[in-house]
Amino acid sequence: MSTAILAFERDYAVQRHHARLTFAAVTAVLIVLFLVTAEASNFFKITQVTLADGTRAERWVIGAGLPRLGEYISKTIPDLSWASLGSDLAVWFSRWQIWAQLLLETVLIAFMATVLGVVGGFILSFPAARNLAPNRWVLWLSRRYLEIARTVPELVFALIFVFCFGVGPMAGVLAIGLHTAGALGKLYSEANENIDMRPLDGVKAAGGSWFDMIRYGAVPQVLPNVLSYTLLRFEINVRASSIIGYVGAGGLGQEFRTAMSYQEYTDLSALFVIILVTVTVIDRLSEMLRHRVMGLEART
Amino acid sequence: MEKHSLSLTGLGRTFGATRAVDAVTLDIRPGEFVGVIGRSGAGKSTLLRLINRLIDPTSGRITFGDTDVTALRGRALRQWRRDCAMVFQQFNLVERLDVLTNVLVGRLADHGFLTSMAMRFTDAERTIAIRALDRLDLAPQALQRAGTLSGGQQQRVAIARALVQNPRIMLADEPIASLDPGNATRVMEALRSINRDDGITVLVNLHTLDTARAYCHRIIAMRDGRVFFDGRPALLTDDVVRDIYGSEGLAEFNEAVTSTAASPNRLTEIA
Repeated sequence: MSTAILAFERDYAVQRHHARLTFAAVTAVLIVLFLVTAEASNFFKITQVTLADGTRAERWVIGAGLPRLGEYISKTIPDLSWASLGSDLAVWFSRWQIWAQLLLETVLIAFMATVLGVVGGFILSFPAARNLAPNRWVLWLSRRYLEIARTVPELVFALIFVFCFGVGPMAGVLAIGLHTAGALGKLYSEANENIDMRPLDGVKAAGGSWFDMIRYGAVPQVLPNVLSYTLLRFEINVRASSIIGYVGAGGLGQEFRTAMSYQEYTDLSALFVIILVTVTVIDRLSEMLRHRVMGLEART
Repeated sequence: MEKHSLSLTGLGRTFGATRAVDAVTLDIRPGEFVGVIGRSGAGKSTLLRLINRLIDPTSGRITFGDTDVTALRGRALRQWRRDCAMVFQQFNLVERLDVLTNVLVGRLADHGFLTSMAMRFTDAERTIAIRALDRLDLAPQALQRAGTLSGGQQQRVAIARALVQNPRIMLADEPIASLDPGNATRVMEALRSINRDDGITVLVNLHTLDTARAYCHRIIAMRDGRVFFDGRPALLTDDVVRDIYGSEGLAEFNEAVTSTAASPNRLTEIA
């Protein structure tokens, strides 16, 4: 064997040894981290439970708790039988008139919030893009604003706006709209950072202002992305607006709260069915629209 | 329109430790057709971008008549850019907008904010734009997306955009480097017509020496950011060319190898 090949064999053995050591070290660290976090989140807790004969006993928390999950779900399932299906359903959805109205309100909140969020996010996405920002301060300010808007959860914003503007859908619209502006602004600005800068140079060299460069050079390039992200966000906002009523900010969420506090368990399952159907329908519609837009894009 | 000379005095631009353009002093007279040659990285593009103020100089001054171009800011700067139109090697069109709108970009320097954001142009402006396109044989493509056009057509759209700016100087940064010989000839002929018929000063970066010899009144050669040669094309001898391109190692420097012109005798040679 040539010396070059012998040298390779030696180097290869060293490399393999290093790779095995690294793998072992990383695995050990991950196992320790897993055990620590599991302990911190009470996965190993021993809890006291009352047995059927009334005596108390020590049990592992997960083993003790799992049966209760089934118990809760079975409580929410209504009594339906073939013989009296019509009247059973009527009982299950007895509050349908209120729910239909609140469902409409939910979708409208999502729509209005998406519109507000798109406007805010779109405008801020240009100063928040590294390649387009006119200077460092504008970039810094718009980025921090978008970060704050998207890291604070909608429910927190909703609590604040309910305090300011009272109970009702307006607080929900503002809360979800603000969060949407932050999330979409981030996505849009990333699309902006991937554009071809040469058309912008062309506009600038012809005497265009910064706004002209954005309007003529950048916007036409990112429009398909913007449309796609916007529809996706509308789907997310329907989900968000169906829960935001829990803190009094309008929509179906308030019924969850009512049902839980009055222990109307079958109402909960009815609401769950309504939201599932609505979200599924809107998902499908928006997906169809998005694919249509992308198809049109591909053809031209 | 009064005619002014474009004067560069000790113009310099550094990028980090590199002196892209180093103490360039030039006087470009009105109506001249000037070719700038030199190897890649010699500072040709930077020079043109400095004149249009796409980049700011680190030293020196640019003046046009009595105007100190290097001191312009805001609206005056945008009007200067309108006055010295720029054509790029990669055309720099907005591919997703139609050809007409791309040409109308040349009118933006004089536009109000709202009409510009709404992409609303007057009939008079559209007339100017379509006339410019017609002059470059592109009126039938006016409503197509710019991205669907061939390279040669896109470059002529870019020239139409430059024309509607109603410029005094036309800067062209290697306008034919991405084009085939036929399209390269059409683009150079368009620049020649703009120079002769409209009396616009043309300053063009070129890679092909025979093109420079065929079209330019005056050739400026750059090497390492400095002006190395400045004179009539006839004075550009083989020895000078060898120095410009630093090709001492090459036994024979053949202009025909770099040429993009469609010359009949070369075609027969190949056949």
